[in-house]
Amino acid sequence: MTTTPKDGGQALIRALENEGVDLLFGLPGGAILPVYDPLIDSSIRHVLVRHEQGAGHMASGYAHATGRPGVAMVTSGPAATNIVTALCDAHLDSVPLVCITGQVPLGAIGTDAFQECDTTGITMSVTKHNFLVTDAQDIPRTIKEAFHIATTGRPGPVLVDIPKDIVDPNNPHSAMEWTDDVEMDLPGYHPNIEVDPAGIAAAADLMRAAERPVLYVGGGILKARAAEALRQLVEMTGIHVVTTLMARGAFPDSHELCLGMPGMHGNFTAVTAMQEADLLIALGARFDDRVTGRIDGFAPDARIIHIDIDGAELGKVLRPDIAIQGDCRLAVEALVADFSANGTGDADRSAWRSRISGWQERFPLAYEPWGPGQALKPQYVIERLRDLTPDDTIVASGVGQHQMWASQYWNFDHPYTWINSGGLGTMGYAIPAAIGAKAGMPDRMVWAVDGDGCFQMTAQELVTATVEGFPIKVALINNSYLGMVRQWQEMFYDERFSEVFLSKDVPDYKLWAQSMGCEGMRVDDPDEIDAAITKANEIDDRPVVIDFRVMAEEKVYPMVPAGATNWDLVVPPSQADLPR
Amino acid sequence: MNVAAPEYRYHTLVVTVENKAGVLARVAGLFARRGFNIESLAVAPTDDDLFSRLTIVVDIESAPLDQVVKQLDKLVNVVEIRELHPGYAVERELMIVTVEAEPHRRDELVEHLDRAGGKVLSVGTDSMMLSLVGPPKRIDEFENLLRPFGIVELQRTGRVALAALDGEH
Repeated sequence: MTTTPKDGGQALIRALENEGVDLLFGLPGGAILPVYDPLIDSSIRHVLVRHEQGAGHMASGYAHATGRPGVAMVTSGPAATNIVTALCDAHLDSVPLVCITGQVPLGAIGTDAFQECDTTGITMSVTKHNFLVTDAQDIPRTIKEAFHIATTGRPGPVLVDIPKDIVDPNNPHSAMEWTDDVEMDLPGYHPNIEVDPAGIAAAADLMRAAERPVLYVGGGILKARAAEALRQLVEMTGIHVVTTLMARGAFPDSHELCLGMPGMHGNFTAVTAMQEADLLIALGARFDDRVTGRIDGFAPDARIIHIDIDGAELGKVLRPDIAIQGDCRLAVEALVADFSANGTGDADRSAWRSRISGWQERFPLAYEPWGPGQALKPQYVIERLRDLTPDDTIVASGVGQHQMWASQYWNFDHPYTWINSGGLGTMGYAIPAAIGAKAGMPDRMVWAVDGDGCFQMTAQELVTATVEGFPIKVALINNSYLGMVRQWQEMFYDERFSEVFLSKDVPDYKLWAQSMGCEGMRVDDPDEIDAAITKANEIDDRPVVIDFRVMAEEKVYPMVPAGATNWDLVVPPSQADLPR
Repeated sequence: MNVAAPEYRYHTLVVTVENKAGVLARVAGLFARRGFNIESLAVAPTDDDLFSRLTIVVDIESAPLDQVVKQLDKLVNVVEIRELHPGYAVERELMIVTVEAEPHRRDELVEHLDRAGGKVLSVGTDSMMLSLVGPPKRIDEFENLLRPFGIVELQRTGRVALAALDGEH
């Protein structure tokens, strides 16, 4: 848009352009209609979704993959409520999003008008902040503030609710005077990124002295773009690293000091090393219950250094010995500088290293091999996918067993290659998130690893992918069940299976995929897996769905039962009798 | 930040917020969803129209005070939070109360009222409406004194507070 905006709608589009927005995921409707007109003349590409939740998750996938804020725009009422799940998801995983919602005209607010809902009220607890704009003149400033809040400090979703009359050129309320310089007015928002040098020095001293230290790395490291600094710190100090579900890829899995994922379905070594540690250095991690297990039995001997951009995380779950509020990259760089200047100490960690390698030898990730007559092994499917795709493939996943297997069996050697719903655990996240990632990174191969329960929640976005030209690939890990719930019922409810069986034959995923313009395949035989993946990798003009028929009985191991401590990690049956 | 002395169950936070629509809902919603209990809440604009001040009395047995403060601080519209240690705050509250007051008991009632420093706002045939401004503890005591007379209706404002000046308790 090149002319000077004269009304709120034009101003909104110009303000988004000025923020560098290149892609907008959305779906028009009554209240937001006037904004869709100036959009035609804009440099911004709009991606028309099939459901507003999809727009939110696409914006999230885009943000994860690119590091830039994802932007969604939808109308009022049901559109706003449809995107609430995606906002809550982004809130829990600290994903920078800006969501524009239409609202009924100012004069109609509070009258239960058609498609009216209290969008800012509903989304107050699932956004970092939200705005209801009541004056067209305020639109440019509010958009600037929304992007600033979404992307600084601890990132998160920000919603801007815009009544129709202030963007409708036929309404005098929309009149405004555009200026290029707008000042933000946020007297209560001053995110602090600087780290306290005294805290860093004390942390470095503890790290030098520790005999059993573990770096507990969370998603904050990725948000802070600190993967490179982290690698320096690790190589300098020789301290082992665990990467949480939100941090997979923040440190390369193939590095000898990487122990992989901790937590409820973490591998034995990562979980046990944290339990046995005498020092945990938490970097951008929040001691989530899925990581700690029962909190009173978590890492009993460990002193704790906790570094996070969000001061409220420090002491929220556990009281750290050293709490440092600030940006993780600055903190890691400051630690590196301290070790450069003062050395890395001479703590004897040889016994610790040999215990770790002993655990790694005895307790690798393991599953029973496939036998004739069986359906596919889901872990094997993921291993083949891992080995047959490029190193920098972006993997998005849904939520459930397939998500855990993907996180466990993939080899994440690059940051920003793993996109999933960690905090909220949103089934159906994979397909729209993969589309958002592909939209942001068109030159990269993007695979969604999805479950059949998840697939049925958001599969319609494959229509979006086909029509808009985002050739993502979907590995459907199809066991005909809500697999993770089935696993809990098998292990903790005496195998009494309640409402977890979906259907063996319905839907026909291959036909469904084809009807949405995708290449559809079905694989039942292990010998067909490689050929199907290879074929999928070669297709770049449309999305691909491979329906992998896998064993329903397969369980995710290891597992810390809910309510148990991490000492009570259940290992696969083949490892049950080994000495720990 | 002051650390709460263990003998005090309640702490007072004086919170300066932007004077904008919905800010009180954000504060109240935060307390509700994080499971923090509010003992009392008073809110009014400050001398600067752009800002309002909330005096929030927090039950610190429901959550550590520093969690309450840090979470409040994350609200974009919250500009400043001052924690007033109970020993170092000047706190006042207003109570208006209608008490049963048959003519033969009025002298006794007024005696109590005078000693507490309260005022008679209105007199009915067999009841009186009184007001008292004072530290919350004094209001509590006066309320207890009135109970035997028979309280018809009572409204307290919740406390407002400012930091004590040098050395004052």
